[in-house]
Amino acid sequence: MALPTYASPLERIWYYTYLVICGLVFLFLIAPILIVVPLSFNAEPYFTFTEKMLSFDPTGYSLRWYDTLLTLGHPAPETVRDSTWWSAVWERATWVQAAKNSFWVGLWATILATVLGTIAALGLSRPEMPYRRLIMALLISPMIVPIIIIAVGMSFFFAQACIAPDSAMGAVFGVFLSEKGCLANSHLGVIVAHAVLGIPFVIITVTATLTGFDQSLIRAAHSLGANPRTTFFKVIMPLILPGVISGALFAFVTSFDEVVAVLFIAGPDQQTIPRQMFNGIREAISPAILAVATILVLISVLLLVTVELLRRRSDRLRGVTGR
Amino acid sequence: MAEATNELLTTADGRPLKAALQAAQARAKRRAFLLVLPLLLFVLLTFLIPIGLMLKRSFEHDGFASSAPALVAWFEANPDFNPADPPEEAYAALVQDLARMQTDKTTGIAGTRINYSVPGTISLFKKGAREAGDLTPPFKESLVAVDADWAKPALWRGMASASNVYTAEFYKVASDFKLNDDGWARGEDNERIYLYLFFKTFLISAIITFLCLLLAFPVAHLLATLPMAKSSLLMIFVLLPFWTSLLVRTTSWIALLQEQGIVNDLLVGIGLIGDDGRLSMMYNMTGTIVAMTHVLLPFMILPLYSVMRVIPPSYARAARSLGATSWTTFRRVYLPQTLPGIAAGSLLVFILAVGYYITPALVGGADGQLISNLIAFHMSKSNWSLAAAIAGMLLASILLLYWLYDRLIGIDRLKFG
Repeated sequence: MALPTYASPLERIWYYTYLVICGLVFLFLIAPILIVVPLSFNAEPYFTFTEKMLSFDPTGYSLRWYDTLLTLGHPAPETVRDSTWWSAVWERATWVQAAKNSFWVGLWATILATVLGTIAALGLSRPEMPYRRLIMALLISPMIVPIIIIAVGMSFFFAQACIAPDSAMGAVFGVFLSEKGCLANSHLGVIVAHAVLGIPFVIITVTATLTGFDQSLIRAAHSLGANPRTTFFKVIMPLILPGVISGALFAFVTSFDEVVAVLFIAGPDQQTIPRQMFNGIREAISPAILAVATILVLISVLLLVTVELLRRRSDRLRGVTGR
Repeated sequence: MAEATNELLTTADGRPLKAALQAAQARAKRRAFLLVLPLLLFVLLTFLIPIGLMLKRSFEHDGFASSAPALVAWFEANPDFNPADPPEEAYAALVQDLARMQTDKTTGIAGTRINYSVPGTISLFKKGAREAGDLTPPFKESLVAVDADWAKPALWRGMASASNVYTAEFYKVASDFKLNDDGWARGEDNERIYLYLFFKTFLISAIITFLCLLLAFPVAHLLATLPMAKSSLLMIFVLLPFWTSLLVRTTSWIALLQEQGIVNDLLVGIGLIGDDGRLSMMYNMTGTIVAMTHVLLPFMILPLYSVMRVIPPSYARAARSLGATSWTTFRRVYLPQTLPGIAAGSLLVFILAVGYYITPALVGGADGQLISNLIAFHMSKSNWSLAAAIAGMLLASILLLYWLYDRLIGIDRLKFG
């Protein structure tokens, strides 16, 4: 909003105040995220800038907290950093284990949510879908219902959802479940819980992409002799792919950032990064948390850029085909 | 032509057109539904059934019913007994059950169950169970000699009620009702912890919603009126927090606001406050409000922005040219057009704030805790039924707000970025 030429002096003052207010709000939004980056290079175990850091003394900065991420839980952190040292990091270091868990849980939860969510969104966006509004409300509700309620319900259910490990079913499915054969304290339990939480995001982004989708393209494909499978992979999928990918990224981030369900249904083997951070903040808060936070901020910047590029591509594609 | 209208329209293979169309539509419906079905089953199994189980749990507790069979049988046979003066047989059944609890080691479970409605029962049960083996008839006198509380009418009411596995008692407890000698009654004002916390949660959520609206309005307006290239650049400031881990944002607020934190250091550095006058902005309600406002702000900016972007600027120009001042133009012309965005953003932020757990748990300290934290607390103390009842009440209020949101705005309008 540029200032009109007829603005009075009072309006001019107000306009600049308004710009300052906006600037302050942007600062409020972004400063807390960026502040962790310099703080994580602190040489001292403090959560604030030391005198040395403020005077840009190089000795005030260090990578020690990033080093902690590798050495915490390491059986012999002080030995020479050769290949055995690094393989011990990969196998034993607490934060590395947490990162691996987070990654695998996030990946499978995303695949589950994206496949089920995309197929469902295709059905939901057909005009003849019955009870559309009700089903939509149900599928979005994991985002609206407080996470604590979902976590409490799942902790009751997953502790009962067991297959005896010595039964025939247990022999097949046992590997996915906990030692007692339950969903509780198992990787599968966490994956399933995170998939439910990611579904609303997939549904929302994919149905949003499908609203601009020209349904006559499907009929055109059919009339040209394509079977439903070819139509899906050659016509529908390329057009909705940006929506599917950004939905998948949302689902992944949801899982990657989720801690409450993990606290309630997971066991010691399912230590994830957010859980490790949560415990770290609650118990002994050390700048190692800030080092993790910095890495996570970097990841979120990358994800944001990806989603923005996808969105622009999607808009461009739809600009060509629709309207 | 008149004959043709009487004749039934048919398809090429001779079926009536109406029936063929209906069949085709039913088939299309079925196909659409079949696409949604796998997800519906998945959500049923992993979302609806767990929540249903939780609600079931909020109505049941077999801690007493399973460990006191003799007394349960007696209560069943004598539903109209006088709790002020139960007869000798009732005491005999009670002593028998107490002795059994001692051998089965179920005293704690049974005592805990009664303890919800009549506080102080756990130790009473433990003491009674230890002595039960040595008691002699008449049991009424001998048990009351162990502890006079065994004759309390409230206790007998509590046991009679707990002898049924299914009960609405946990909802009464979660609404601050207590069982006294005359029956259920509201607790004293200073004992109303649960409803007070509900009230506090709604109040804090309202404050956060208001703060978000206050901060989001100018920013959304700026983003909506700037040229596209500039506004998509500034949009990053809104979307980056949205994509950043909640725990990262909470951590940075701790770094910023704690007593030895950056904001306090800055204030001391410029001499606004003394070193001993550092503000405590973390681990209390202020911390919860500030951190949650930051976390939820994008959820307010985005709906506001999407409404403001499509408001034509010509309306405001027309109002100005007709002689309205800039304030009148804003109040009478611009603001009413943003109302759908305000409603959407406020409801969304409020709904999300009411159920918030992580931020208050980490930065709330003692007085910044919300209702979700109380649920987690009772879960950690194994008070599952009570936790489930509080969660049930929270769920009911959320569903009401969700229904309102769907009515006013429509969930299919929900979008990100």
